[in-house]
Amino acid sequence: MTTNPISRFFRWFFYRSRGDSPFKTILIHATLIIACVIAVYPVLRVVTISLRPNDTLLTTDLRIIPENATLDNYKEVLFGDAEKNRQSDFFLWIWNSVSVVAVTSVISVILAAISAYAFSRFRFPGRSAGLIFLLTTQMIPAGMLLLPLFIMIAKLKMINTPLGLIIAYAVTSVPLTIWTLKGYYDTIPVDLEEAALIDGASRLTVFTKIILPLSTPALAIAFLFSFMGGWSEYLVARVVLQKNEMFTWPLGIFTFAQQFTVSWGQFAAASVLIAIPIMALFLYSSKWLISGLTLGSVKG
Amino acid sequence: MASVTFEKVHKKFGDLTIINSLDIEVQDKEFLVLVGPSGCGKTTALRLLAGLEEITGGEIKIGDRLVNDVAPKDRDIAMVFQSYALYPHLSVYDNMAFGLKLRKTPKEEIKRRVSEAADILGIQDLLQRKPRQLSGGQRQRVAVGRAIVREPKVFLFDEPLSNLDAKLRVQMRAEISKLHQRLQTTFIYVTHDQTEAMTMASRIAVINKGDLQQLDTPQNLYDHPNNLFVAGFIGSPSMNFFPAKIVKSGNSMIVDTEDFKVQIPDSLSGPYKNMEGKSVVFGIRPENIHDPEFAPNNIHGEKVASKVDVTELMGNETLLYLVSGKNTYVGRVDPRSKLRVGSQTQFIFDMDKFHIFDAETEKAIR
Repeated sequence: MTTNPISRFFRWFFYRSRGDSPFKTILIHATLIIACVIAVYPVLRVVTISLRPNDTLLTTDLRIIPENATLDNYKEVLFGDAEKNRQSDFFLWIWNSVSVVAVTSVISVILAAISAYAFSRFRFPGRSAGLIFLLTTQMIPAGMLLLPLFIMIAKLKMINTPLGLIIAYAVTSVPLTIWTLKGYYDTIPVDLEEAALIDGASRLTVFTKIILPLSTPALAIAFLFSFMGGWSEYLVARVVLQKNEMFTWPLGIFTFAQQFTVSWGQFAAASVLIAIPIMALFLYSSKWLISGLTLGSVKG
Repeated sequence: MASVTFEKVHKKFGDLTIINSLDIEVQDKEFLVLVGPSGCGKTTALRLLAGLEEITGGEIKIGDRLVNDVAPKDRDIAMVFQSYALYPHLSVYDNMAFGLKLRKTPKEEIKRRVSEAADILGIQDLLQRKPRQLSGGQRQRVAVGRAIVREPKVFLFDEPLSNLDAKLRVQMRAEISKLHQRLQTTFIYVTHDQTEAMTMASRIAVINKGDLQQLDTPQNLYDHPNNLFVAGFIGSPSMNFFPAKIVKSGNSMIVDTEDFKVQIPDSLSGPYKNMEGKSVVFGIRPENIHDPEFAPNNIHGEKVASKVDVTELMGNETLLYLVSGKNTYVGRVDPRSKLRVGSQTQFIFDMDKFHIFDAETEKAIR
């Protein structure tokens, strides 16, 4: 037995209970570290740029916290610039985004929760064709849907209204949500529903009292995916919304990019600010990701 | 409390016939066990009665009421599932109260019934727990409790003990029997385990391939099986079967298996008098085969020379796997038997307790 802490660390690192060979361990860790760097580095760069004073924007310095770091960009994004007599629309954009995306997510989760139950539990003509059709809608690139969506919303006279954008987002997110929820419903034992039917429940009661409470993890995920899908969406919003006061934040921050100058610092600061609520949402909902709620219902 | 009637009940899934034409009458307060091998249609029969499957043809009545098109919730039944099917997000109390709440039973009444059922089943301490915090046996009790509180006309059990270990199964078997005596309600119980069927039932319905084979009391089923299937299914180890022919020797009727011949006692030979030359299956239960040293004296014993192939000492009895010519069979003999593997002796067949089946129709001849 060696007592040297370094060699003890190596021993622990290379010969843990999994028994992988040292080569494999190194390979796995190297891959993971590279993947982490690729994922995290650009985000860190955005943070760096947002902290830079405007006169050092084009520096090639690689430090994460730049020299003379300042929060001026954040201040300007949040509260405007009194000197240049510019007001900030930042909170308006966020409000627009949150309201559109939250309503979209609620609508698509409700629609999908109900239709996924039908797809999961009932055998009706057109069931498998319907499921495949829903899947194929996901294979069409968003860009190709742009024109038909625009025409549809224009005919509904909803251009430049939040409702138009909500409809556009909902039609694109419902199919995937149906698939997600159907997959989850399929794992809930039918016995539970039959027991409830015998206990005196109607189909609707079974759905609301048994299936929905058991599906909270899946519903949370579906809501989250739908929310994130709409949160950073640019193309469809660009087509549907043209008035400044209607802008969601992805459209809003492009006002920092004017014809001849781009305020990269503010652009970056706005991006960081916008990432915060979505990160908070993700962290909050992560507790729902731990499923296993159905454990213990059946079998001994 | 109510009787249950299956009249020419028929069930098909697509082209596949699961139940042919089932006629069963379950009397009020009876404990009827449906037993049969996997896939015989017994669970389907129960699900038809519960209303979880639609029947293809025939009639099902609970009491005098035709329930073919009645929704499960309106049939006044309660069911205990093989998987227990406890609602995982509800506490034990809420699991048991679920059905009563849906029926808008007053809160005080719900409390009283749940607490009474919990007392009967000894689960008072568990009422606030979630199903995942319970052991298999406890979950089983909760599932039974959920059925009891409803005070239904008919209790349905779908293999409720098959997920329990052997010891717990024996214990729960006794408790379910006790429960039946206490509640005085109609119980219909599905199992593939003939021991469960024999120990609990007032009557047993043996089902095979969607057909009712025999419906009788456990003892009658054991002593007088109607056909080869029932004879082989009921009893453990199973009855021994030997293909044979009936031959006549003087005034006596003899069963000839080619490897050995046994004489049918004159007092029992009546039904076989005109069957000379007929192909039959001769059946005898393991406990009616004796080690010559310990054979009782007052029986019509017939000697059959056999060799011991395997012995299984059980303590209270010994099982001998025996070979006679091309036939292998099992004898359940006195534990004092000194016979060991390789021993050869004249075993005694108790010919007061034999069975003969038609080789073609497989029906009992008696």
